[in-house]
Amino acid sequence: MKLSGLQKQVIHLYRSCMRQVKHKPIDTQHHWRKFIHAEFVKYKAIPKKQFSAIEHLLRSGDRRLEMFSNPQIKDIS
Amino acid sequence: MFRSINRLNLLGLRRSLATSAEQRLKSFHIYRWNPDTPEIEPKMQTYEIDLNACGPMVLDALLKIKNEQDATLTFRRSCREGICGSCAMNIGGTNTLACLCKIDQDNAKDLKIYPLPHMFVVRDLVPDLTHFYKQYKSIQPYLQRETNPPDGRENLQTIEDRAKLDGLYECILCACCSTSCPSYWWNQQEYLGPAVLMQAYRWLIDSRDEATNLRKQMLQNSMSLYRCHTIMNCARTCPKGLNPGKAIAEIKKQLAFD
Repeated sequence: MKLSGLQKQVIHLYRSCMRQVKHKPIDTQHHWRKFIHAEFVKYKAIPKKQFSAIEHLLRSGDRRLEMFSNPQIKDIS
Repeated sequence: MFRSINRLNLLGLRRSLATSAEQRLKSFHIYRWNPDTPEIEPKMQTYEIDLNACGPMVLDALLKIKNEQDATLTFRRSCREGICGSCAMNIGGTNTLACLCKIDQDNAKDLKIYPLPHMFVVRDLVPDLTHFYKQYKSIQPYLQRETNPPDGRENLQTIEDRAKLDGLYECILCACCSTSCPSYWWNQQEYLGPAVLMQAYRWLIDSRDEATNLRKQMLQNSMSLYRCHTIMNCARTCPKGLNPGKAIAEIKKQLAFD
């Protein structure tokens, strides 16, 4: 299946989130994985034609990734 | 003097009579969008307000709506006197501060309120200004000096040097000018925009600052500064009556001789 640009962006965001988890303390990493997965699943039902909604989610996702990348943030519930 | 007090009393009396008159309903169309349900398109919602029971400014009307009709309406506000720049929004087609914008008393006309144009919306009337603040940070808006002042206390400045900063330091970074600039709309990522450039100029001409050359070098490229095509929407819309267009022209003048 050929992915659209938007789908590629979503996957890219997911992968970079998962990659960022490796910079967190080992004992909290599974919290992060669970959190990231839950955040993506939350909007799974959005139809793929709703570009503006997906673009907004991508933007807010990028912003949150940047925020959570701060090494001072160690754990998430 | 007594006469003027009398006249004030008279005005007061007249005002109380006017407020007891019948309702003057005016419609406010307000942009609504909720990030919790991103699949629902943004829409315009209409609120009716009795102008006789409302303060004179648009912010008063917004607060009245939030208090009495719809508590979910979201907007930024803080000082209600035009010094914080939080309540910048697009009112009746012009970017301005809601707290400084009088409501048109003609209740036959509707008033449309949108968030600042061409910015990503966080919710309802709240724009995402992260990038704007990042750009502001990128011009290093602080005093840079190698040497300490001789008396060890203050960096002194002559009265004439201080006067150069008038009309620049008053900027409250409300982003009204930047978001009214078509050049900024199309090149938001590279072009700094009028508000930030005016602050860049403010630090360029500060007599106490010693990083002038570095600051000039940062602007010396085709995008950061030269995307300004003197459209001058910035000067027209500025709620504080400043002139970012002129400041940008002054930077261009300085850079032209480098």
